[in-house]
Amino acid sequence: MINFVDINKFTFRAQKYVLFLFVIVLSIGLVEALILSPEDYKQSDSVRIMYVHVPSAWTSLGIFFSIAILSLGNIIFKNKYYGLVAKSLAPSGLIFNIIALVTGSIWGKPTWGTWWAWDARITSMLILCIFYILYILTWRIFENRQNVNKITAILSILGLINLPIIKFSVDWWSTLHQPASISLAKSSIHSSMLLPLLIMTAAFVLFSVLIFLMKYNIELIKIKNKGLDRL
Amino acid sequence: MINDLILMNGYGFYVWSSFSFTLLSFCYLYFVTKAQLIKEQNKFLKKYSNLENNKVNVFKEQRTLREILIYSNISKI
Repeated sequence: MINFVDINKFTFRAQKYVLFLFVIVLSIGLVEALILSPEDYKQSDSVRIMYVHVPSAWTSLGIFFSIAILSLGNIIFKNKYYGLVAKSLAPSGLIFNIIALVTGSIWGKPTWGTWWAWDARITSMLILCIFYILYILTWRIFENRQNVNKITAILSILGLINLPIIKFSVDWWSTLHQPASISLAKSSIHSSMLLPLLIMTAAFVLFSVLIFLMKYNIELIKIKNKGLDRL
Repeated sequence: MINDLILMNGYGFYVWSSFSFTLLSFCYLYFVTKAQLIKEQNKFLKKYSNLENNKVNVFKEQRTLREILIYSNISKI
């Protein structure tokens, strides 16, 4: 079992180190993405949008997967910290989802000639965004802790079903969106483009960790504030 | 060189607006969260400074509270 007391201690100390690391990795990533990486032979410089679009989509999917697993853990093990961690992850997940949708739309205009299409990949990402919003609203609307745990668990499990749909939509249906160029086993992207993509992904993950730590600390202080009220 | 970077072969508007939107979203989320954190810390410190001495001693023994106070601006411990 995780020792949450040690994690609490860690979250307060780690914040500034993560911020420092994030700024460094993001700076390197931006130089690589905007200056050093080559243009694509077909898409020219518009391919650079990939360096913000793809990492934000990956991070958003990863965060929702974590939220769903933690929400399940919260229901099964009745441990409030699982819910707290999941709740603290949601805002950065939503922001990354919005970034993926907006930058995808901006990329769509020069590539497909349209800002928006009701394509399977894009629509399933929009559905994920709705799940994120519902998840965050549930925490804000409901007061009863048990009800919140149940509703958020149901929402995240329903949202979890959407994740493989997002992943495989480009294979299952004929879509405007291109199929995946990178998998765990192989990549069809040249290393000169893969490197900035991976650096930007690392920066985005660090940012989500930073926001998670800050949100988690806010939740801890809120709990302590309630404790002081009871004295 | 600078012109190439700005114009990006005619895709400058799309590339720069994507990167700008991303960085502005980061700044927005970071500063909103930071403001919430400072607000909660101040609320906590205000309540804590009004505590009686015997209650302070009980709270001093809690590790999480110590961490909050260490990383807040004012510390009683």
